[in-house]
Amino acid sequence: MSSFDVIFIGGGPAGYVGAVRCAQLGMSVAVVEREGLGGTCVLWGCIPAKALLESAYIAEKLKKGAEFGVTAGEVKLDYGVAVKRSRGVSTQNSKGVEFLFKKNKITWLKGDGRTTSKNSVTVKSADGKEEKHDARKAVCIATGSRVKGLPQVGLELNKTTVLSSDEALILEKAPKTMAIIGAGAVGCEFADVFAAFGTQVTIIEVARQLLPLEDDDVGAELARSFKKRGITLLTNAKLGDVKIGKNSVKFVVDVAGTKQDVEVEKVLVAAGRAPNIQDIGAKELGVALTERGFIKINERMETSVKGVFAIGDVAGPPMLAHKGEREGIVFAEYLAGQPHVHDVNYGNIPNATYCHPEVASIGKTERELKEKKIEYKVGKFPFSANGRARTSGETEGFVKILSDPKYGEILGAHIIGSHATEIIHELAVARENEFTVEEVELAIHAHPTLSEAISEATLDSLGKMIHA
Amino acid sequence: MATKVLMEALSPTMEEGRLVKWLKNEGDQVKTGDVLAEVETDKAVMELVARGDGVLRKRLANEGDSSAVGTLLGVVAAPDEDISALVNAAGPKPVASDTTTQPIGKPADAGDVIAKAKEFEGVTSMPAAPRQSQGEASTPPQERERRGGQRIDTSAHTGSGTATASSARPRSSPLARRLASERGVDLGSVRGSGPGGRIVKRDIEQAPAAAASSHAAGARPARVGDYQDIPLTLMRKTIARRLAESIGPIPTFYLTAEFDMTRVAELRAAMIAQGAEFKVSFNDILIKATATALEQHPEVNAHWTGDAIRQFNRVHIGMAVAVEDGLITPVIFDANEKGLADIAAEARALASRGRERKLKPEEYTGSTFSISNLGMFGIDQFTAIINPPEAGILAIGAVEDKAVVVDGAVVVRKRLRVTMSCDHRVIDGATGARFLQTLRRMIENPLMLVF
Repeated sequence: MSSFDVIFIGGGPAGYVGAVRCAQLGMSVAVVEREGLGGTCVLWGCIPAKALLESAYIAEKLKKGAEFGVTAGEVKLDYGVAVKRSRGVSTQNSKGVEFLFKKNKITWLKGDGRTTSKNSVTVKSADGKEEKHDARKAVCIATGSRVKGLPQVGLELNKTTVLSSDEALILEKAPKTMAIIGAGAVGCEFADVFAAFGTQVTIIEVARQLLPLEDDDVGAELARSFKKRGITLLTNAKLGDVKIGKNSVKFVVDVAGTKQDVEVEKVLVAAGRAPNIQDIGAKELGVALTERGFIKINERMETSVKGVFAIGDVAGPPMLAHKGEREGIVFAEYLAGQPHVHDVNYGNIPNATYCHPEVASIGKTERELKEKKIEYKVGKFPFSANGRARTSGETEGFVKILSDPKYGEILGAHIIGSHATEIIHELAVARENEFTVEEVELAIHAHPTLSEAISEATLDSLGKMIHA
Repeated sequence: MATKVLMEALSPTMEEGRLVKWLKNEGDQVKTGDVLAEVETDKAVMELVARGDGVLRKRLANEGDSSAVGTLLGVVAAPDEDISALVNAAGPKPVASDTTTQPIGKPADAGDVIAKAKEFEGVTSMPAAPRQSQGEASTPPQERERRGGQRIDTSAHTGSGTATASSARPRSSPLARRLASERGVDLGSVRGSGPGGRIVKRDIEQAPAAAASSHAAGARPARVGDYQDIPLTLMRKTIARRLAESIGPIPTFYLTAEFDMTRVAELRAAMIAQGAEFKVSFNDILIKATATALEQHPEVNAHWTGDAIRQFNRVHIGMAVAVEDGLITPVIFDANEKGLADIAAEARALASRGRERKLKPEEYTGSTFSISNLGMFGIDQFTAIINPPEAGILAIGAVEDKAVVVDGAVVVRKRLRVTMSCDHRVIDGATGARFLQTLRRMIENPLMLVF
């Protein structure tokens, strides 16, 4: 038995970042993690998926090589090799987190963690041994979330024909046909990857557009692009009559009353994640949950039980690594009694989807503004009119900025196009500091860059666009 | 390296502070974090700490002096360092506006400070002149260029461009400046709640339109004769300003109800019989009941923000506490989710720390609804003044034995009169009445609280 100031249960982005910040602030810290450090993000999510998307990008780019005066020999696609590289990148990142632990003298307790009281955690290691550790100041639950499948429509995950993203990330080869259930970020990213590797992909989404949480214009633009690449899109679609065979899955899709039979080699369930609150002792301690089953927290990340905190996916949506990381930092700073802690600004968290074209957004969509009857002005600029986008032959997409007509406050910003996930941050900084469209426009943007499209969209908001 | 000792904004609403006592003498060695002085803010007596290491070379403020936030109170520097430029530049008033643009808590770079002090040399005798013209007169063109954006900015958004050296331009976001200029809000009258005390959008939204800038008028001397002038303490000034803000623009109406407390009294007696650790007061139970009722009535658990009604999903109860020369309203956060034991312990701790004036700003800000109880003074009914931007406050009288008619017979019951003051812009008569109905159900059937 050892004693620490803080014990984190879970070493994902929320837990490990919180741990590093706590250590920097002088606390003794332990992190309970059964798998590698870095959590879903590093091992089974963001990082390996982005590595595969890079493979997909190269595959697509090579198809156009001749246009650029670069003719490659025969292009062979090997998903297995792409997966191997992707795993290597994950391992590297996980080792990076291990290094951070050593540097900050953070103890890694290997095993499954369970809060046994407000100030103790029991760790069960792989060999079944249990050991109890004291947490003098705080226990912080950062156990994340997992794919839960769709058993309600008969799509129980089976790791062979009905897959979650976990299995898709380690397939040996790309299947001939695949249905992807759910067109959120995960669904769209895997559609991109498998389509690039030659799979005939069908996306099935119950909502009326791809990326249902994004702006309508963005969903429509992505649909246009995906269709051009031969991806079949079934939106407003209901799924039924699921028959799971040994080497294929059959089901019926109902789109507005028209039924069609679908048979595919693999189904990837990319809908529905559930918080990991089982077997961590939270219930026994009486930690209060929200209606949707996440742990309830206050702005200091404290749960209904004093001394017990929760951060990251388990503490509620949006289930994004960068939201969890910031919660970890804010948790640490409040706990250390730091002055002027900047609370997590839940209204200003960027969304990023790394399919091609990329999608990134921050703030409200046009639909939300309409529903809330908030007045707004649209400033929009297409990448087809942007010099840099033309040079790289990636002219799909646009920048759309929604601003308050009177004061110019940036209410929402939506970008679809090459490197959208990189250039969104200009608008994140602007919003966090309450810059209006005018301040963004006042800053000189280098030419030729994709970011000029942002500058032009702000000019459009002010009624003085130059290049379109 | 010299570090300035500045009057810091030690509470969110603090505009000036009174130096109560120096705890270090000139010549004392100090380290970062050492307490240099005690400062009375509008809410509490707080500690002013050193932001750098060295010797407290100079004390520029006397004990008892009030100074605006940002005023230079002293200098910490190496024993042999030349601090004359700093001290001279301080003059009778703070070193113009640039001092306050320094993020609070970040020690000023000595070189920087001396350069700035030189920039203002020769003009310190005219502290009321617009600071832009000073800059233009004495800065090289390159420096002027660099400050150009800021200059345009100030004139565009404060309108007049007559910022004086004593009311330095506060840090604010571009959006906040634009909103303020549209709505005629004087940025100098707004206290920033953003990073490092920066004024952000929500501060302007919560500021009353065209707020008159508060005058830091000096205390008037007391005279001997047929009356006596009591100098205003900072807390009294804040109470006056806040309450006048309240009764003026807020269209208030009052709803009174009498609750039967018999069952609450039984509950309390039963708990006390279980031992000292279960001791709860009527007030604790009323806080819990009010919070639980508010959870069901977000339309009452609301703020008036000027252009919207902000209904809260969480319930933070402000609890008025009488202190020696005023009152303060510490907050029980998420009171609806807390058990009676927690509420009792927290209420006791907050009240006693409030009386000792040791509450931290985050402990007395953020309430969504307030309760004021004068029952212990034998007041059977009164009206309380709304603490804006909250939409309501509940005034609680004494629990008294009264003869009431129950089932046709006159019996003695414990009764309590409560009066809710409602901001009619947010709460209508029936809305308030429905809330009191829910509260009555909880009070008269306290088992509802565990339901």
